[in-house]
Amino acid sequence: MDEDLDLYPDLYEDGNALAGPLDEVFAVEASTAVTRCASCGRTGRVAELRVYGRGAGLVARCAGCQEVVLRIVRTPREVWLDLRGTVSLRLPVGGPG
Amino acid sequence: MGIVTPGFRGRRDASPDLPPGQYLTHDFPVLSAGPTPRVRTEDWQISVVDEAGGRRDWSWAELMALPQETPSVDIHCVTRWSKLETSWRGVSLDVLLADVETAADFALISSYGGYTTNLPLEDLLDGKAWVVHEYDGEPLHPAHGGPARLLVPHLYFWKSAKWVRGIQLMLQDEPGFWESAGYHDYGDPWREQRYQGD
Amino acid sequence: MARAAVPGRLAARSAWRVANLVEVRPETPTARTLVLEVPGWPGHLAGQHVDVRLTSEDGYVAERAYSLGAPADDERVELTVQVVGDGEVSPFLGGGLSPGDPLEVRGPLGGWFVWRPEDPSPVLLVAGGAGIVPLMAMTRTRRLLGSRVPFRLVYSVRTPADVYYADELLNPQPGDAGLEVTIVYTRESPPGGPPPSRVRREDLAEHGWPPELAPLCFVCGPTGFVEAMADALVALDHDPARIRTERFGPTGGT
Repeated sequence: MDEDLDLYPDLYEDGNALAGPLDEVFAVEASTAVTRCASCGRTGRVAELRVYGRGAGLVARCAGCQEVVLRIVRTPREVWLDLRGTVSLRLPVGGPG
Repeated sequence: MGIVTPGFRGRRDASPDLPPGQYLTHDFPVLSAGPTPRVRTEDWQISVVDEAGGRRDWSWAELMALPQETPSVDIHCVTRWSKLETSWRGVSLDVLLADVETAADFALISSYGGYTTNLPLEDLLDGKAWVVHEYDGEPLHPAHGGPARLLVPHLYFWKSAKWVRGIQLMLQDEPGFWESAGYHDYGDPWREQRYQGD
Repeated sequence: MARAAVPGRLAARSAWRVANLVEVRPETPTARTLVLEVPGWPGHLAGQHVDVRLTSEDGYVAERAYSLGAPADDERVELTVQVVGDGEVSPFLGGGLSPGDPLEVRGPLGGWFVWRPEDPSPVLLVAGGAGIVPLMAMTRTRRLLGSRVPFRLVYSVRTPADVYYADELLNPQPGDAGLEVTIVYTRESPPGGPPPSRVRREDLAEHGWPPELAPLCFVCGPTGFVEAMADALVALDHDPARIRTERFGPTGGT
């Protein structure tokens, strides 16, 4: 439906795209995790975050206020996971619910 | 290195004139850390603030009235694409900073939409940087940072902040958006300074 | 230990595995289904995806995510690639690989956009273009398991030539009882059919499930399409918590 895009399309994916990189960091599947935005307090699933920046890093923004909730940068030696935009991250443990 | 898939080359050519690890591209990829800001030129301004808080602003009309240059430069993105002889039009930072008296060694660049990047003040001076508003003879498209972006081609292109709105002069270096997430504080493509610790 | 019930230990899921191309099948003039053999594949849930990594001889790396289009067949998985003319990866995957060629995959990935067969809720699938791929994994898994969970699929495409899995979707297969398919053509419709139009709220009401049945809704496709469809479902009083989305980005990946 590319004819629906306005003149300035927003180039975002959603948090399903974080599944691979987050699997390197967390011991449990993280796209179902619930985040709480540090800017506006909105809670939601990681899968529903708006993800930008593929190629340089993954910048996941709150679907409500657009502020950055979490960032992942993969360098050759490290995964930089920046959670300063997240108040809390609730991860399901014990297998798929 | 991962296993090689025979025949895969990607959309690029290698060239001996490029910094290490870079490849020539013939398009102009767009990479953004967030939604594209929409700023009308009638609302636009750029500010230079020194370390004491002294401030100078320019409106769009004032920017257009300043001496314009048309640099043709090579640009290098940390995601490995390079583009040669890109043509821009804009105002040199030497002009914007001409009247500034400062002891600051660093600058923190800020953009509409919240993006920031840091670099030494001397890397903005002596013909090394511009605030540009045209690319390839056309008004700069918002997807590429319009109405105006910073252009600092001797550093990786993430330093050429899109949607530039402010230059804050700083006594100490403070990491910007990508620098605080793992990218290099300086970012010289010729020394392949992509990440912190490189 | 409870972990054994999870398809694939997480450490294994985040590791890159070497897969070999078995077969390439055309779906449309510009889309190709790749069948990959992945030694050690732990199995996957319908809706999950893999990351694919291609490395050139000089070390250049490109990575893309692709949804799995079918349940695992032992160690074989399938993904469908839409070839975008000036894309960096899709033309290569769609036409540059030969059977036996290796590529790296990581997965299965994703725990949110998945259909769990033990859930008895009716399911509404809304697909835009290439967004049909993970939803096809769901209908195929349903068929494989002999599930009687009621499924409705609304699939938006531009023209009849753009329909992926056309044979399967236009001709009911044994085991598909309870799956209803509606294809909406947005640019050109088949001869004798209604004029082309995009998917409207009324189409989702008529060809979907009423909100009182509390269906689980899966919406997949380009970002703009997904936003529009998710908004329409909410406007039809579907519970936002029962709507799961997967956005491919504006071009659906290149």
